[in-house]
Amino acid sequence: MAVNEDFLGRTYPPQGPYAVDAPALAAFASAVGSDDPVHTSADAAHAAGYRDVVAPPTFAVTLAQRCDAQLIEDPQAGIDYSRVVHGEQKFVHHRPITAGDQVMGALTVDSVRQAGGHVMVTTRTELTTADGEALCTSTSTIVVRGGE
Amino acid sequence: MAVRTLAETSVGDTIGPVTTRVGRETLVAYAAASGDQNPIHQDEAIARSVGLPDVIAHGMWTMGAAGSVVGKWAGDGGRVVEFGTRFTRPVVVPASGGEVEVSGVVKALDETTRRATVELTASSGGEKVLGRCLAVVQLD
Repeated sequence: MAVNEDFLGRTYPPQGPYAVDAPALAAFASAVGSDDPVHTSADAAHAAGYRDVVAPPTFAVTLAQRCDAQLIEDPQAGIDYSRVVHGEQKFVHHRPITAGDQVMGALTVDSVRQAGGHVMVTTRTELTTADGEALCTSTSTIVVRGGE
Repeated sequence: MAVRTLAETSVGDTIGPVTTRVGRETLVAYAAASGDQNPIHQDEAIARSVGLPDVIAHGMWTMGAAGSVVGKWAGDGGRVVEFGTRFTRPVVVPASGGEVEVSGVVKALDETTRRATVELTASSGGEKVLGRCLAVVQLD
């Protein structure tokens, strides 16, 4: 088992833009058991003060994981995806993501550390608009399980 | 939906419990919506082949279900401004389906920002599946 510690501190060029559309937000909300109309109805979203339907609280992971793939799918990183489990996740929303946003994501490898025979890799993705407006900071820790 | 106000909220207020059913079809829908097509969340044979007891839910599905509960409590899902958790145990989803029960308690209120910090608990099969699950929500 190995994860290439040379990746620690690496920041990747921003990926995207990823277009956020209303059907994607509605499908995500439905899948996580939400019946909140701000995720499905532009009228409800406008009434609540948003410019369009709003992303559910964890929707940003779908954008962040596309950025994480730059690390996880890089053979040089040495991450065996079949041994990966999700350890921790955090979102800090700077403003709600809504339908119509064009989202860029910049990935940084914040930490690579050994713990109990496993390797824990923490990545941070800064999601912004194409103009650089901050949308969400998504931080993920994956655990690469050690061999038996 | 009415948005919750600071004035009507106190430290110690409780949320739920809210029970959300999770079937295999839920996980297929989540996989499609999220792009996470790892087969351990859909295929029983593959899940067992890597030592799991059965198909397990995506950790992010469980976090998402908890987010739906706290978003509804706040008034709408766009009011969840911070949300973090540890994934401590998998949610096992047999062919007959499973359930996740989410509850919460208000741990802190910030009078200046009008934000509440809510600690959420998610359980399945009598075991806690999320750890240190904290949401900060914007009140009116």
